[in-house]
Amino acid sequence: MSAAEMHSLQRPHDRLRRRRLVNLGMELLAWLAAAAAVFILGVVVWSVAKKGASALSLDLFTKAQVSPGGFLPNVHGGLANAFVGTLVVVGLATLMALPLGILIAIYVNEFAPRAIKSAVGLTLDVLAGVPAIVIGIFVFSLIVVAQGQSAYAGAFALSVLMLPFVARTTIEVLALVPNSLREAGLGVGAPRWRTTLGIVLPQTIGGILTSAVLAVARVAGETAPLLYTCSLAQQGTHWDPSLPLQTIPVAIFELSDQPDATSQALAWAGALVLIIFILLLSLGARWLATRSRRKIAGASR
Amino acid sequence: MTSLDVTPDSARRPFSGRRARFGDLILQGAAALAALYALVLVGLIVWKVIDGARLSISTFGLSFVWSTTWDPVKEVFGAGTFLYGTAVTSFGALILATPIALGIALFLTELAPRGIRGPVTALVETLAAIPSVVIGLWGIFVLGPVLRDHVNPALHSVLGFIPLFGPPGTYASNMFTAIIVLTIMILPIIASISRELFLSVPTELKEGALGLGTTRWEMIRGVVFPYSRGGVAAAVILGFGRAIGEAIAVAQVIGAFTGINISLFHPASTLGANIALNAQGASSGLETSSLIYCALILLVFSIIVNLLAQWIVRRTARRQGLAQ
Repeated sequence: MSAAEMHSLQRPHDRLRRRRLVNLGMELLAWLAAAAAVFILGVVVWSVAKKGASALSLDLFTKAQVSPGGFLPNVHGGLANAFVGTLVVVGLATLMALPLGILIAIYVNEFAPRAIKSAVGLTLDVLAGVPAIVIGIFVFSLIVVAQGQSAYAGAFALSVLMLPFVARTTIEVLALVPNSLREAGLGVGAPRWRTTLGIVLPQTIGGILTSAVLAVARVAGETAPLLYTCSLAQQGTHWDPSLPLQTIPVAIFELSDQPDATSQALAWAGALVLIIFILLLSLGARWLATRSRRKIAGASR
Repeated sequence: MTSLDVTPDSARRPFSGRRARFGDLILQGAAALAALYALVLVGLIVWKVIDGARLSISTFGLSFVWSTTWDPVKEVFGAGTFLYGTAVTSFGALILATPIALGIALFLTELAPRGIRGPVTALVETLAAIPSVVIGLWGIFVLGPVLRDHVNPALHSVLGFIPLFGPPGTYASNMFTAIIVLTIMILPIIASISRELFLSVPTELKEGALGLGTTRWEMIRGVVFPYSRGGVAAAVILGFGRAIGEAIAVAQVIGAFTGINISLFHPASTLGANIALNAQGASSGLETSSLIYCALILLVFSIIVNLLAQWIVRRTARRQGLAQ
């Protein structure tokens, strides 16, 4: 091999090494990015677990806040009122949003002409993009100005947040149902409504349940829609939805602003319970999702 | 037939005729009404927010948007300072979050060993599930102090020649803390959308590039990025929309200061934070109306941002359809 040939081989080799180095650097950065996300999650969960666990007690679940709004420093109490309030508000919101979301999905998937389908899709996207605080202001302007705050108003605000989410995910699972099932239903002479409600919808129960659970997990931690609609809570634990009820996120928001250690400890305890609740719901949804996917896969075989 | 149909007529001719079509009509009608409700809801939101802001709109006009006075005592209101805070924190978060999110998405689609791919994907999704009020609580008591004591002085000593990185103050709650909190919140959104886009890149294209002797990074730059460019742009825009609209976590960590200060280490406020922080403190009808005016600005931005993202997605989908 001549010297000239050796030289020409040398340069590509250098270039190859540089290319490999760049590649290695980029791969390293991607690894770091993923590690950073996991690290942040770990730190957040660990902080909440550590600071929340020390404030955890039976009183947290059995006693109400002494002063919702948190203007009495260093007064003990629990968050029983907030747990009850979140239960009522989120429950009502689910009752409002779930049937409507499913009906929208049925319309889009089973009945709507193509043009209307994409129009409804766009509407759902726009609705999903409206900031939560704006939805709170909307319900304030629509209901609270005339009728005052209540758990109903708060639940309505949360339902507006849930609706596009439930509808979108239900549309996705309805689209998974094989057309052969619809044809089979119509083929044996069942009318459209019977086929849809009796054959298509039962196939998607798992998927719809998953989306409902995820939607609950999502809005249970929402503060912004409730600030203007359901935050001026009275003392004591109430179940009446016509009153503004205290909720966990609003309680955390108010307490985190207080300078005294007792209030802050209560905020961390509330955050811990909220996070555990949401993580359990997410895990449950994941489990439901794999189960129902297996079922649909089995049905289409 | 089933026990639901007990009348002799329906037993003889199951589901045919008027009864069946009546059922169809009811279900289709109810479903169409629900869809109409979604449409009406969007219209109602726009109308009621404009309606609530009317007093402020007629008092201050369009100059409310850039006027920098927010004085409840003199009853003069303007959103200028909050608009500045929103813009700085959102762009800051976007600049930090986009490369990290793309890195996460690439890791999950191209690099991660099979065994940790699933768990890391789940963890990134879990990060998105943590409520903003909890991230904000953590921002006040954990993140803010760490940034103030360690990160901000370091940034100032290295990048201090840029006015944005002014002298680090004594406040743990400032714009920089808000930027980091927002980054954490939009990171999983951009990452999970990008991950799905990267997954949709045809394997033949990727294998073709690798077969020609490219390194993995060259394949990503030459095949994955160009193929998913439009979608990634839309994902970033959606993340931006999320950042401008976030009120709670930002309200907790930004320090609620009305005024414009060029340094990131100074407290400020945003449109959303200002609304959230005044939930129980509005002293007059005009102030309440001005808060709703702030919400109107946010609403307009969020609609523009969403339609823009949709438009990009549809355009690239069409182009890719033509290319194939």
